[in-house]
Amino acid sequence: MSIATVFEIALAVVVLGLAIWTIAVPDTYSATVGFIAYGLLVALIWVRLDAVDVALTEAAIGGGLGGVVLLGAAARLRGTEAMTMERPSLIVRLSAAALSASIAAALAVAILLPPNPAPTLAPDVVSNAGATGMANPVTNVLMAFRAMDTMLEKVVLLLAIVGVWSLASDQAWGGRPGPRHQADPNGVLAFLARLLPPAGIVVGIYILWTGADHPGGAFQGGAVLASMWLLVIMAGLVDTPPVRSRWLRLVLVAGPGLFLVVGLGGLCFGSAFLAYPAAFAKPLILSIEAAMLLTIATTLGLLLAGAPERSAER
Amino acid sequence: MLPPAPALVTTAGGFLLVLSIVAPVAGVLLEFALGERYVRPVVSTVIPVGLAIAAAVLVLLPRSDGHLVYLLGAWPPPLGVALRADGLSAVMLATTAVVICAVAIFAATDFRPQSVEARTPFAFWILLLAIWGALNTIFVAGDLFTLYVALELLTFAAVPLVSLDGRAETLRAALRYLLFALLGSVFYLMGTALLYGLYGTLDIVLLSHRVSAEPGALIAAALMTSGLLAKTALFPLHLWLPPAHAGAPAAASAILSGLVVKGSFFIVVRLWFYVLPALPGFTAAQFLATLGAGAILVGSIVALRQERLKLLVAYSTLAQIGYLFLLFPLALDASGRLETGQALAGGLIQAISHATAKAAMFMAVGSIYAGLGHDRITGISGAARALPLSVMTFALAGFALMGIQPGGASLAKELLLQETARTGQWWWAGVLQVGGMFTAAYVVLVLAHALSPPDRPVALAARPPRGSGLAALALALCSLFLGLLPWEPYLPIPYALESKLFGVEALVKLLVTVLGGVALAILLSPWPHPLAGTVARRDLKTVPGPFRRACLGFGSLVERGDHVLRQWPAAGICMLAVALLLAASMFGAN
Amino acid sequence: MSAVTVFGLYAAAAVGLGLYGLITTPQPLRKIIAFNLLGSGVFLLFGIVGRRGAAAGFGNDPVPQALVITGVVVAFSATALAIALLLRLFQIAGSTTLNSRAAASPRSDPSGN
Repeated sequence: MSIATVFEIALAVVVLGLAIWTIAVPDTYSATVGFIAYGLLVALIWVRLDAVDVALTEAAIGGGLGGVVLLGAAARLRGTEAMTMERPSLIVRLSAAALSASIAAALAVAILLPPNPAPTLAPDVVSNAGATGMANPVTNVLMAFRAMDTMLEKVVLLLAIVGVWSLASDQAWGGRPGPRHQADPNGVLAFLARLLPPAGIVVGIYILWTGADHPGGAFQGGAVLASMWLLVIMAGLVDTPPVRSRWLRLVLVAGPGLFLVVGLGGLCFGSAFLAYPAAFAKPLILSIEAAMLLTIATTLGLLLAGAPERSAER
Repeated sequence: MLPPAPALVTTAGGFLLVLSIVAPVAGVLLEFALGERYVRPVVSTVIPVGLAIAAAVLVLLPRSDGHLVYLLGAWPPPLGVALRADGLSAVMLATTAVVICAVAIFAATDFRPQSVEARTPFAFWILLLAIWGALNTIFVAGDLFTLYVALELLTFAAVPLVSLDGRAETLRAALRYLLFALLGSVFYLMGTALLYGLYGTLDIVLLSHRVSAEPGALIAAALMTSGLLAKTALFPLHLWLPPAHAGAPAAASAILSGLVVKGSFFIVVRLWFYVLPALPGFTAAQFLATLGAGAILVGSIVALRQERLKLLVAYSTLAQIGYLFLLFPLALDASGRLETGQALAGGLIQAISHATAKAAMFMAVGSIYAGLGHDRITGISGAARALPLSVMTFALAGFALMGIQPGGASLAKELLLQETARTGQWWWAGVLQVGGMFTAAYVVLVLAHALSPPDRPVALAARPPRGSGLAALALALCSLFLGLLPWEPYLPIPYALESKLFGVEALVKLLVTVLGGVALAILLSPWPHPLAGTVARRDLKTVPGPFRRACLGFGSLVERGDHVLRQWPAAGICMLAVALLLAASMFGAN
Repeated sequence: MSAVTVFGLYAAAAVGLGLYGLITTPQPLRKIIAFNLLGSGVFLLFGIVGRRGAAAGFGNDPVPQALVITGVVVAFSATALAIALLLRLFQIAGSTTLNSRAAASPRSDPSGN
């Protein structure tokens, strides 16, 4: 057994332990914290699977921002834990456990019975990479070969925003999401909020730029930018924008909008919807990604901020 | 090298499929960016455009050999993603366009855009177009992962509609819906991962050539199917449906009940008939239809016991969803393979008939609610005189659903009944007949209350706008005349059938259905009817008295069972059990 | 035992755990956490599949990787929407139970706030 295998087994055992703890621990707040640690370790698994793009996404969005949302909710709901609802009876828990275990077993059988040789599209991706001029295969799949999925998924993000905003009370409609944060202007949070964003913005844009050829891209970069934005909001340096703001609306549709426009350009003047002319493929894709970076960062930030709660005037 | 298969090259007119997705999506983006003032122009542009696209697909499809294909980005599968339309897609695209159009007219007054942007119109109009875009994607997607994204799009558009009025019950209903739907998506996604791992593609046509009955594929099929059943709310995975559909505003309920559940149903059909027709086999198909029969029984009985009209209609949706799943065993050929034949056509026509009729019904009930200020079934006597248009719409939609000629439901039932005879599965013929009777029962029940004279004059809380009423009526009439449409170019239907729709035999069948429905309504509905006091009724009552009591007892037992199944842990356990049983029955068949 | 086997077993276990948690925990927030756990297991399935399809100089088939990235973002949006619903429900009803009968709503003001 090689050292690498020992490490992998150890990693899997630790992650499994964390997962069990997250499900089993009585206190919800602890479960949330456990889940954040879990998310970071799962990113390590992705690195071991040689999927660095996914590892970055999982760490930034799955573990990072997802963890922040859960943590915020856990903090706000902490009072309700006292009046916790009844746990299901032992019979229910036992049968749920038995059935879940059977599903897991079936899945393990299915995933561990490999076809030989395993099918792959990696050679196809390589041989067609020339059409986009970019070397990161994952970006090529996301932005060219399966661009439709990526565009529709941007619409999903937009609908999530609509869904979250629709939960506002009628009076607060059009106002600013989330509570107004106030922090000690000389405190550590405000200090970090002044120090980190310039570097964070550079990092976010770099992740996007490097995503053309190396691991990275709009999602990962967007998540970094979103966390910088949240930091300055939480430090009270800036407020969340009112949802009625025309600028905000434009930024939120910029990514899918540009995607759609470029796609339609391909339909009218090029070879197909979402086909890029070979000469302009890279600049077109990069500009869509730039618009998406902005949209994703704003969307993620606003999803974390929640429904409008305060009218814009005050 | 061989020339590429016809499913892998773009056909003339394939760009229409792109437009069918792009038009509503562009509408969503524009509405969101431009805000309230431009909602009306955007919606009133997108809807005619969408209708025109659907019509163009209908016209073009028969001329291009029944298939439209479009390769997105000109990348052929397996690397790229294709959009494909066949007859099924075309009729579903058209149905969706018509229903969306009617609902938009109905909602034009309810969600009238205001000078200052308000919350509910903002959300409603965006979500309406988003649902349209998601459904069109589902109907034309040629790739299982694109279907996953479309399913999520549909869920994300549907959930906020449920809680649009912001009451605690509707928020609770929306959260239950979201969580259960997510569980369904995850199951679907697990199956996709397994299929990609086995065959290296998610393209529907390529997969259908590569799939074979190996353990991984069977497990994937079972997982994906059960996930989709959860999203379709097939009994016993229906915990989210009644509160969600009954709590939403009328226009939203019409969309949720009429269209949204058809999205995941359509994917089940795609999966079973077009991806892996040889895999499910006899037992799994019987199992699905058994769940459907359970849905008909439980949904109908509980519907008859509801006090609120909207809940009654929501439970009837549950029953009608069950009806759709009866098509699966009837489509089996002798070797246990699913054939795209008459049973599929019947099931799809039933789905279309239900989409139009149920949307009309929910709109009518919404108008009755708005008019009377409540929707208690015991308090709607006199509604027929006070709100004739709404009650007539309800009646026509109900007649269409219970199988009056020339409605879509009667054509569907005829097609399915012929298949029961052909395949020798007489037991499903019984279920089909009983299902029709149950539908008749709750339609008759509501009409009996609405037509009876009121104790005191009915005071209207609000007069529903005429335009809304006419939109609902038009949709109900659509459903009532579906049987006359030329389905031949799109669905496999024998010519001879349409002539059989009229005649003495059909009349007798209808009479049996209605009388059976009346009997079921009297036996199973616990609500006192205003006519019950008359002498004739009292005489009638003494004879079957004890029998009725027994029936009512049975009904309350079913209702209690339904309540247990709608608890979260029970529904979750059912979900896992359904997945495992499906897997087991598929393993048994192969 | 290769990485694929180890992590394949783990992915299946994560799915099982997530399902168990989703079904049995009564608090909606815990259900959402369990859903995320379940999701991470499902995404890992794609990772295993991709790892097995390593070819052409890539350690992991890029197509499943792209699918996972799309999936992670969708799962995050779902989490955010669910949390927003949950917080709003708590704000209006004062409790977060999903069981409609058990919920006596002390502050059921339809407009909220």
